[in-house]
Amino acid sequence: MKNRALLLTLLSGVIVFGAWEIAGRIPISYAFPTFLETMAALLVITLDGSIFTAYAETLQPLLLGIAISAIVGIGMGLWVGLSARFEWLFSPIFIVMQAAPLAALIPLLIMVYGIGLTSKVFVVCIMAMPVIVLNTASAVRNTPASIKEMATSFMARRQDVLLKIILPAASPVIFSGLRLGVSAGFIGAILSELKITPTGIGDIITYSRSISDYPTMYAAIFSIILLAVLFLNFLEYLENYLFEGNNRGYVSD
Amino acid sequence: MSQIKLDAAQPVSPASEIAVSVRNVSKNYGDVQALKNLSLEFPRGELTSLLGPSGCGKTTLLKIIAGLLKADSGNVTVEGRPVTEPGPDRSFVFQDFALLPWASVMRNVAFGLELRGVAKSEREAVAEKYIREVGLAGFEGKFPHQLSGGMRQRVGLARALSVDAKVLLLDEPFSAVDEQTRRKFQEDMLALVQNEKKTFIFVTHSIEEAVYVSDQIAILLPRPSRVLEVIRPSSFRGKIVANIRRDPEYLDIVDNIWASLRSYVE
Repeated sequence: MKNRALLLTLLSGVIVFGAWEIAGRIPISYAFPTFLETMAALLVITLDGSIFTAYAETLQPLLLGIAISAIVGIGMGLWVGLSARFEWLFSPIFIVMQAAPLAALIPLLIMVYGIGLTSKVFVVCIMAMPVIVLNTASAVRNTPASIKEMATSFMARRQDVLLKIILPAASPVIFSGLRLGVSAGFIGAILSELKITPTGIGDIITYSRSISDYPTMYAAIFSIILLAVLFLNFLEYLENYLFEGNNRGYVSD
Repeated sequence: MSQIKLDAAQPVSPASEIAVSVRNVSKNYGDVQALKNLSLEFPRGELTSLLGPSGCGKTTLLKIIAGLLKADSGNVTVEGRPVTEPGPDRSFVFQDFALLPWASVMRNVAFGLELRGVAKSEREAVAEKYIREVGLAGFEGKFPHQLSGGMRQRVGLARALSVDAKVLLLDEPFSAVDEQTRRKFQEDMLALVQNEKKTFIFVTHSIEEAVYVSDQIAILLPRPSRVLEVIRPSSFRGKIVANIRRDPEYLDIVDNIWASLRSYVE
């Protein structure tokens, strides 16, 4: 079973990268490098260390924004999910945040918070937080009534019900919110580096595009996607580690 | 016929033998009167069934005794103490098992003790004993979704037993398991009542099940809910379990109960 999963993953990689290589060789556009050229460029910026200095910049707003979004988002979600009054008060804010055309609002953020780290963290949070809050709130509201009643019948205190019933029961949906939020946060981090000030990975993308060094530009984009995938896998691992029994496997297995 | 019928208002046995007592309890859900002025007594160390058609308020009564619902009027005492909220003297077995899907069998069984702040090694020792007692030894590390319906309810039963409450409240515990498993459960129930020296209050809609497992059967009627009669089967208790279902008294009681309930079943 494990081998089959690995095989399918490898196969999907071969198909995607193979298609990329062929499209680059045709070429579909002179601005579209082949997969191998991109990998070579990635090797160059890895060996000269420029990608590491770039990530030292990019990871600051990214990790800070994701951490704030996760902690505040889950906290707000719990609050909104547990209290009808707070749902009424806060839910519209997050729905508006989720639907807002962020790129158009960035100039406004710059006017208020300047071009530094604060604005970029804000962009990441605006991208990541709404889906985390909304998912957490709906998961909390849908806690099965019978296990809450069970806990009450065994004399659970309020904090026990919250920590040992509501949170674990909501965890699958909270984690799926986190996964969506984190992906959106990665988009937000790059968006902020392209729209506010070119730093880090955003700088590599902007600069190599301006000198028509497309392999390096795609290498930078590839690296951020790779990092996002690794981060999402880590989240999945964390979820399985914390709430093992919630993982029921695949229906077809 | 050796069957004894008792008027609901009359005490069944001396007061000292009564573990749970329900007096004049009423409960409304909005306009719907779920219980009206209901009184009933539950003798210590025996199994009493609450039997009646659906909508007769038997689960409501059980949850009031558990302290999960509040009665609008009247009072409930358990071992002389009035019930206002869930307490250590009662534990509950749920119709839908109410297991934690993210927790192993071991943690599920020990969960009642965990909520009471019992240290991990201590509560797992107790849980292990009851996991063995309900026949789930070897499944401690499994998760609920890996168990059959019958095994899940055994986990629910072990959890209720492990907190060592004096009164066990069972809400249609076997209605979600298959017929053969249910028969096995019923036999195990009889042994459990013999061995555990606890008071069992058992909600069921199965007439056969009620007569098979009960020392005392309270028949409840719906709208407004009231106790029609209390039946104490006398001759087949203590006989060989395998012979109960063909005992003449067993068959008579099953027939009589159906005769009195049939007009209330839609």
